[in-house]
Amino acid sequence: MKYLLMITVNPDILAAMSAGERRAVEAGHEAFAGPLRESGELVGFAALADPSNSTTVAVRDGVPAVTDGPYAQAKEFLAGFYVVDCESAERAGELAALIPDARLTAIEVRPVMVESGLEM
Amino acid sequence: VSAVAGTEDLLRELAPQVLGALVRRYGHFDACEDAVQEALLAASQQWPREGTPDNPRGWLITVASRRLTDQLRSEEARRRREETVYALETDHDAEVPDADDTLTLLFMCCHPELSPPSQVALTLRAVGGLTTAQIASAFLVPEATMAQRISRAKQRIKATGATFQLPPDAERSDRLRVVLQVLYLIFNEGYTATSGPELQRVELATEAIRLTRMMRRLLPQDGEVAGLLALMLLTDSRRAARTRADGTLVPLAEQDRGSWDRAAIAEGVELITETLARSTIGPYQLQAAIAAIHSEAPSADETDWLQILALYRVLERLAPNPMVTLNHAVALAMVEGPRAGLDLLATLDDDNRVAKHHRLDAVRAHLQEMAGDHAAARASYRAAARRTTSLPERRYLESKAARLPDQAAEPGT
Repeated sequence: MKYLLMITVNPDILAAMSAGERRAVEAGHEAFAGPLRESGELVGFAALADPSNSTTVAVRDGVPAVTDGPYAQAKEFLAGFYVVDCESAERAGELAALIPDARLTAIEVRPVMVESGLEM
Repeated sequence: VSAVAGTEDLLRELAPQVLGALVRRYGHFDACEDAVQEALLAASQQWPREGTPDNPRGWLITVASRRLTDQLRSEEARRRREETVYALETDHDAEVPDADDTLTLLFMCCHPELSPPSQVALTLRAVGGLTTAQIASAFLVPEATMAQRISRAKQRIKATGATFQLPPDAERSDRLRVVLQVLYLIFNEGYTATSGPELQRVELATEAIRLTRMMRRLLPQDGEVAGLLALMLLTDSRRAARTRADGTLVPLAEQDRGSWDRAAIAEGVELITETLARSTIGPYQLQAAIAAIHSEAPSADETDWLQILALYRVLERLAPNPMVTLNHAVALAMVEGPRAGLDLLATLDDDNRVAKHHRLDAVRAHLQEMAGDHAAARASYRAAARRTTSLPERRYLESKAARLPDQAAEPGT
């Protein structure tokens, strides 16, 4: 079963961190991904650029409108994600707790939909 | 059958025999498994071009042995092991029937110390003869991820100190149960696959049936092995009918029974009938017997629900689990009416193994619809649609909710 582990960041918390603390978080990601890769549970991951780099595209009446900036105007933003393939929701939760950002903000764990289904 | 497909089938059949022979001769399951994969790959490239050798099994054993000794030789740090290999290499006396080897391999790959995904991956590679790339694409994960999973599984087997022997008699039936679970897991993974990117997937259901057939040849007297094979055949017989061309799911009651695979049904029914008559009853046999009743009904309305209900009662006693209770509730509703089914379902509301599972909401919705309570049914279908992680199931459940007639139009009917 695949899960998306979403790393949400709060810019205020980020701004208040010292360079050393930031390095510790980065090192924490490497420490997190290594064993996960080894266990065969890591499917993919990415760190995302700051949302000030985003453009948002919407199509209305067939006409695309492009605006600068993120779609959702929330203070917290998605800073990165891991996709893991693991045995259970409990295991996905355990993994989320190992992500360093879980100590700063929170990690959202969401199942990935599958293209197969059972007859009812 | 093309030369390539013919070679592929032959190689997959020989894979566990060759691996068994190698492990028996040299030990080192881990290294032997890699060597056999390389030999299979070499054969898959050479045989269609140059013709199949007279003794394909011997060819594979020779090539794999050479790869194995090359590999071990190149590992300088493992000099001592190398000497052991050379010492063992001349020992060709310990020939044991292939059947035992394949069975021993199955028990090893389904070692209880491994997680189910690892058991599945290792079984498909070491016993099924599939490549890591094929297994990875079947489970929609990157090849590197699957390679790690397999290598980790092999390390763990090594760590348990397991030797290449059949489990002792005292553990035999528990270990066999795990093997059957793994085969059923492989089957279900394949059976549920439908459209879209899944079309590229290795036919896992077919592979599971092939492995279970092999298992049955090895253990012809075991009723549960036969029961599982019958269950797979009968379930798989509905494959063409269970989805529409656009990938939407068709419930059992609405399937076009004309497109069910009659040959698979005949084989499954014969197998389960013959097995029930002679063997100690078990959960797979009961599920196969239920599937057989569905398969033999000329139409959904003519289904013998009384007999299905009786079988679910036995199954519930023999192997109680909430998924059985769900199906039991459907059968009960068909015999005694939807309220009886709904009452039985209510007993699952506090069962945290299933309380938040979409199938509980889906079955409840179905029974509420049967009872004419459309508002409640709509809410339950929507709850199930929110909870499922399957796209086709979500589409099906949402369409059920949308198609229910308005409650106001027929109050109390």
